[in-house]
Amino acid sequence: MFNMEWTMTANAPGQVCLMQGNEAIVRGAVEAGINFAASYPGSPSSQVLTMLGKIAGERNFYAEWSTNEVCAMEACVGASLANARALCIVKQNGLLCVADALHCGAQHGVKGGLVVVTSDDPSAHSSTNEFDSRYQAMSASLPMLEPTSMQETKDMIPYAFELSERTKQIVIVRLTTRVCHGRGNVTLGPLPEKPHPLQTVGEWDRLVCVSYKHADMLRKLDALRQEFESCPFNHYTGPEQPKELIVAGGTGRLYAQEAIRRLGLEDRVGLLSLATVWPLPEQYILSHLKGVEKVLTLEEVDPVLEHNLEAIAGRNQLRVTFSGRSDGALPKIGELDPDNVMAAVSALTGAALPEKRPTSELELPERDLTFCAGCPHRATFYLLKKVMRQEKHPGAVVGDIGCYIMSGQSAGHFAFQACNCMGSGVNLAEGLGQLTNYGLDQKVVTVCGDSTFFHTIMPGLVNATYHNANMLLMVLDNSATAMTGFQPHPGTGFTAMGAQVKPMNIQKIVEAIGCDVEVADPFDVENTEKVLRRLLHKSGMNVLIMRQPCATLMSKQSRKKSRVYVDQSKCQGEGCGCDKYCSRVWGCPGNTWDFQNNKAYIDPVTCVGCGVCAKLCPNGAIKVEGGEDA
Amino acid sequence: MKALKFDPLNIVICGIGGQGNVLASEVVGSAMNDRGYHVAVGETYGASQRGGSVMSHVRVSADKEMCVLIPSGEAHIIIGFEPLETLRMARKYAGPDTMIVYDPRPVYPLGVLQGIQTYPSMEDITEEIRSLSAAAYAVPAADIAMEVGDSRSANIALLGAFTQLPDSPLSREDLEKILTQRFRGAVLELNQRAFAMGCEAVSGKGGAV
Repeated sequence: MFNMEWTMTANAPGQVCLMQGNEAIVRGAVEAGINFAASYPGSPSSQVLTMLGKIAGERNFYAEWSTNEVCAMEACVGASLANARALCIVKQNGLLCVADALHCGAQHGVKGGLVVVTSDDPSAHSSTNEFDSRYQAMSASLPMLEPTSMQETKDMIPYAFELSERTKQIVIVRLTTRVCHGRGNVTLGPLPEKPHPLQTVGEWDRLVCVSYKHADMLRKLDALRQEFESCPFNHYTGPEQPKELIVAGGTGRLYAQEAIRRLGLEDRVGLLSLATVWPLPEQYILSHLKGVEKVLTLEEVDPVLEHNLEAIAGRNQLRVTFSGRSDGALPKIGELDPDNVMAAVSALTGAALPEKRPTSELELPERDLTFCAGCPHRATFYLLKKVMRQEKHPGAVVGDIGCYIMSGQSAGHFAFQACNCMGSGVNLAEGLGQLTNYGLDQKVVTVCGDSTFFHTIMPGLVNATYHNANMLLMVLDNSATAMTGFQPHPGTGFTAMGAQVKPMNIQKIVEAIGCDVEVADPFDVENTEKVLRRLLHKSGMNVLIMRQPCATLMSKQSRKKSRVYVDQSKCQGEGCGCDKYCSRVWGCPGNTWDFQNNKAYIDPVTCVGCGVCAKLCPNGAIKVEGGEDA
Repeated sequence: MKALKFDPLNIVICGIGGQGNVLASEVVGSAMNDRGYHVAVGETYGASQRGGSVMSHVRVSADKEMCVLIPSGEAHIIIGFEPLETLRMARKYAGPDTMIVYDPRPVYPLGVLQGIQTYPSMEDITEEIRSLSAAAYAVPAADIAMEVGDSRSANIALLGAFTQLPDSPLSREDLEKILTQRFRGAVLELNQRAFAMGCEAVSGKGGAV
């Protein structure tokens, strides 16, 4: 049993550890002797830089939670110029943010190895959308690799750095949620004695994007295609000349392997596992397609590999039938899993599926996501919706990316009508706000979190202030990048490597930009409601900072929480005119219902003692006792 | 250490975000890795840290590389932190040999509290959990945790109950040792009490449903 720091930094070649995919990235980076790592948090790969930050001091490299992905990616390009091995970690949406730097970087190439790890989130477990990052590699003419297991993930990182330096090109490693958030056995490799050697930036060193480098970029892509013809991460298992072949990218290999085993098809079906996502090794693939009648392609998100295989077969006049994501053999939406892969393998071969047991007809309610007990966002959206309802016309509320995105669901009273990408809220609201001078008679409000404020709101705030849009920006300052696990941002006063630094003050930034700004506490419901109503009727660009720390952050601190409980002798239950206001309308998981006595009840396991519900109960039946302020 | 009765042995751990089931899967997975087994763990959790359904799959084999998700109907053990979630996962993953330990304390979804969804009756839930399993044990893990003084130790109580199942690859003594490696001082002491009470909820058969 080893702790994370030991597993990541031990020079114990041969030791087998249970490792999360995100940990395997970290271990691989340490084995590669990286000098530089930068990221902005995004699930499913948020844990990578947190761990890198913890061990950076010991392994003598620099690790940074950057203000956004563009800062991270471009800092890595800069580090590469000094021959540093630089690792940039982004999620699928972050990869789109850095698309410009990626495409320019593909033209000018690298000096020290530059590896970009991107995590796609099939089924959008922790995302607003599914996205296939393979298009970015194809679009930028960059090599991309995809591992199938935790061991391959660890081994692929040093390989990617070595490849990047040898070909003078950025290398992208694509992960998916089941790798990032899965765990598996990993055999540790040796650690280098020192990080990769830095070099002075020479007078004639050049990483410059100019159009005539386009040809360089295409030459590198051709060289990589040749290289990938014998990539050690591509492999084939199965009979010598199968009629049916499964081609798997990423996690598909393990699902296929298990389906083949369970259906007893080991001697019949071939399995080709392709780690080289782009460029595809055409001769290697052709050698496995010849003589095959049917191909099933297993891949996450879009039929990218399937269409490329069809093109290869077409170019070479092979008569092969293809199936996969594009023809309904596998669902077009959602991740691969053992069941849909086994069904597809059964359809490919005619092998019978095991029988399913019947279950009862009893309907089970789904569990909507909700704000945590004691979350300040609940109070914010409760107040916003309340004030907006009293307006002549329904308001227009624009959301953004963070925990508060749940305000688009019942947890936040279905508060917003639009939500696009990270940092977009202020700009969408600016567009609406300008139209209020052209006949649109609505109050326009947008929200963002403190981390999002620094990430991409600031340019939008400059724009909206300069053009004096009629709108209100509410900065929900909970002192945390809460959704992804409390990573530092410029407002927090600490860094990924644990340094204490001077925190930036959002209020002062807004003032310096020249925008009117006020601060309110969402838990002070009475006064904040008044401030909100007043600001809604104030013309021009306004900012309201809603300041109250994240409940989960607070629960990590050792402070005695208040005891909040229902005095059931005062609660009138369903007979009260409030119609179960605390549990039905307020909607905190701590405010539940005692179905036996038909009265309100506060679950002591869940309640964190914020006491806001006590201010809302019309009968004063909710009591708050003791506790310390933060 | 006990030999595996099934290979791969498949364990589903399910509950609601924030209940500690990721820690439970990591403890079991690491222990089996340290004993030389192939281990695959898949964790499913949504955007929010709390509120939604959360599930971990832990798979153990003497010699096979496995994908991180368990195929439908192939779970041998289900550890449930909440009755509705236990039933939801039992419907998908339980097979004829499945044994279940679960906390019968309901946590109502938001929609139930808002009056737009209905939480099934406990009788219906208990009956179906029993019908879908070879054996099922109700373990009041959250109550145990509150009794020992920290609601976060519910997962340790359920791990205690898990060691008492005949198909558990880890014995009571194995996990007691792990607790002493993972925790110190007062936290260790209360987790040890929660663990012992969890064990007794199954070994005393009081929890059989």
